[in-house]
Amino acid sequence: MKIHEYQAKAILARHGVPVPRGEVAFNAVEAGEIARRLGTPVVVVKAQIHAGGRGKGGGVKLAKSPDEAEALAGRMIGMTLITHQTGPEGRVVSRILVEEGLQMTRELYLSILLDRASGKPVMMASAAGGMDIEEVAASTPEKIVKVFIEPGVGLVPFEARQLGFAIGLDGPQVTKAVQLMTALYEAFVATDASLIEINPLVTTASGNLLALDAKMNFDDNALYRHPLIRDLRDLEEENPLEIEASKFSLNYIHLDGNIGCMVNGAGLAMATMDIIKLAGGEPANFLDVGGGANAEQIRNAFKILMSDKHVKAVLINIFGGILRCDVLAQGVIAAVKELGVPVPIVIRMEGTNVDEGKRLLKESQMNFTTADSMGEAATKVVQLAG
Amino acid sequence: MSILIDKSTRLLVQGLTGREGTFHAKQAAAYGTTVVGGVTPGKGGSIHEGWPIFDTMHQAVEKTGANATVIFVPPPFAADAIMEAADADIGVVVCITEGIPILDMMRAMTFLKTRPRTRLVGPNCPGVISPGKAKAGIIPGHICKEGRVGIVSKSGTLTYEAIHQLTRVGLGQTTCIGIGGDPLIGTSFIDALTLFAADADTDAVIMIGEIGGSAEEDAAAWITANFKKPIVGFIAGQTAPPGRRMGHAGAIIAGGKGTAAEKMAALTAAGVKVVKSPADMGSAIKARLGN
Repeated sequence: MKIHEYQAKAILARHGVPVPRGEVAFNAVEAGEIARRLGTPVVVVKAQIHAGGRGKGGGVKLAKSPDEAEALAGRMIGMTLITHQTGPEGRVVSRILVEEGLQMTRELYLSILLDRASGKPVMMASAAGGMDIEEVAASTPEKIVKVFIEPGVGLVPFEARQLGFAIGLDGPQVTKAVQLMTALYEAFVATDASLIEINPLVTTASGNLLALDAKMNFDDNALYRHPLIRDLRDLEEENPLEIEASKFSLNYIHLDGNIGCMVNGAGLAMATMDIIKLAGGEPANFLDVGGGANAEQIRNAFKILMSDKHVKAVLINIFGGILRCDVLAQGVIAAVKELGVPVPIVIRMEGTNVDEGKRLLKESQMNFTTADSMGEAATKVVQLAG
Repeated sequence: MSILIDKSTRLLVQGLTGREGTFHAKQAAAYGTTVVGGVTPGKGGSIHEGWPIFDTMHQAVEKTGANATVIFVPPPFAADAIMEAADADIGVVVCITEGIPILDMMRAMTFLKTRPRTRLVGPNCPGVISPGKAKAGIIPGHICKEGRVGIVSKSGTLTYEAIHQLTRVGLGQTTCIGIGGDPLIGTSFIDALTLFAADADTDAVIMIGEIGGSAEEDAAAWITANFKKPIVGFIAGQTAPPGRRMGHAGAIIAGGKGTAAEKMAALTAAGVKVVKSPADMGSAIKARLGN
C-alpha cells in the first residue's frame, strides 16, 4: 500500500527522522494560512499524489509570500498532474503539502527496502540525490553504497557511519546521519514498511540533515496489525474497478486491452495474458479468482469484467484442482443468465470433473465457445474480439 | 525414486483442526500418504478425524516419529509455526499459507539458518507431490501420474497445467514442487534443481518462473555450471505492466528489474529450452526427450 508524502513524513517524524515543518491543505485558503503560520520567507507548495516526478510535471513550486502560496495551491488543486510514473492519464491533485523553504547545501539519497536475494533489509545511500535513482543505478552504480542489515541485530552504528562517510558527509553530519538512519530503520521495522525512500535527503546551511521528500510503501500482508496505516489508504489514487474487485477479494488489475480474462491462480492468470498477446490480442485485465472460487465469486468477477466498457470478449481459463469444473460451469451459466453478458465468452477448463462441466455448458444452449487447450482458447478469443 | 517426500514420509499437519487442514489431511491420506497427526496449540490430547492432536511440535515429533510437516496456519501465526517445526528438527517443512508478513518471514529465514537440517518449501505454495507415493500440500493427486519428469514452479495452477500437458503427451512426474511466489522462500529453484540432479529417476525438468526478483537469473547461472539434464522453462508475466504486483507478493517488476525478457534470455543462454507460450511446456519436454 502507498501513502502520500505528508503522511510518510508524519510517520518518519514520529520515529525521529528530521523533516521540514509543514502541513497539508485541501484548499487554497488553507494553504495560505499554513504559509502564514510557517512564517518563512519562502514556502514550498507540493502536490500530493502517489507518484514520483512531480517537480518536472509542475507539481512542486516555490512561493515567496503566503498570498503566492495560496494562488499556487489554487491552481494546483484540481489540476491533472502527469509525470513519468502516472501514465498519460495523470492524476487529479486534491491535497497540497505546504512546507518551510530551506537553505539546502547538498542533495543526497537514502532508502531502505527488502533485498530478496539475501533475505535482509538493505539500506542504500548515494551522493547523487534528487535524481531518479533508477537512472543512477543504471548509469553509475558505483555511486550507490549499500549495507545489508542483520534482521536479528538491526542497523549497527558503524554501518550507518560507513554510509555517511561514503556519501561525503563530514564528522558532525555523520553523527546526525547515524541518528537519522537508526530512526529510519526503526520506522521500517515498526510499520512493516516494504520501502522507505528519502530523495532527496538534504544538508542545510545551518548544518542539519532532513528528509526533504519521503515515500513509504507498506507490506499489504502486515496491514492487519497497523490499522492506523491502513486508514491512510487514498481510494482516489486507485482504479475504481480495482477498488470494487478488492471488496470481493478478487485479485484484479486493470489493463488497456479488450479481452477480459477470468483465471484461477496468479501464475496461470499471468500466463493467460501472455498467451492472448502471443495470439495477437491485448488483455483487458489480470484477474485471479482464487483457488477456491465459487458461483458467487464468478458472478462478482463477471460484474467487474463487464464494468470495463473496452471488453469485447471474455476468456475464462480455469484449471480445476480443488475447484470442480462442474461447479465452475454452473457458476458461469448462472452469472451469464442473471447479468446478460453481451460479449462472446470463450471457456477453457481442465481438471476435476471436466467432462461434466463441458456437458453442462453444452446443455445450457447458451452461446459459449469452448476450447481444449490454452492455445486454442487464446486464438478463438482474439478472433471473437475482432 | 523421487525427492523430498516418498513412501517413507510420516507427515504431520500444523493446523489440522482447521477447515483447510482437515480437508487436505484427508486428501493426502486418501492419496496414500502416511499422515501421523496434527498440531493445534490448546487442542493437544484430542482426536480429530481419527488423528491425534498435539499442543507442540516437539511432542508431536516425539510421539509420532514424523519426518515432514505441512502448514495450514493463518498468516499471522504461520512464521511461528515454521520456526516451531524447524526447532523440532523436522526434515521437510511445507508451508501452504499465503499472506505472511515479509518481516515475519525475514525472522523465520534467519532462524532457519540456525537449524540447517530443516528444509522449508514455500510459503504461499501448493506444496510437494511425488506421484504414486505421497503428497504434502494441495496439488490434486488425481491429475498426476508416475513418471520421469520433475517440475519446479513458483505458481500453483501453472504446475497443474504442466502436469496436464505432460499427461497429454504420455509423460509422468517424479516429483512436483511448488516453491511459491513470495519474495522470501525456503526452497529456491537452485535447491530444487540440486535435488533433481541427484535423482536418478528424473530425466528432465520443467521449470516455471514468473516476473520479480532474480531467482530465475541466479538459477540460470547455476544451471550453466552444474545441471546436465534437459530443462524446459516458462516465465509467466511477459505482458505484465511494471510496478504492479501480479497476485503473488513477489511478482512485481520493480525499478525495471525482474522482467520476463531478462529471465528468458538468461535461461536460454544457460541452455534451457524456454517456451514463449504456456501451452508448449509438455510438447517441448517430449521433443527434448526425443520420444
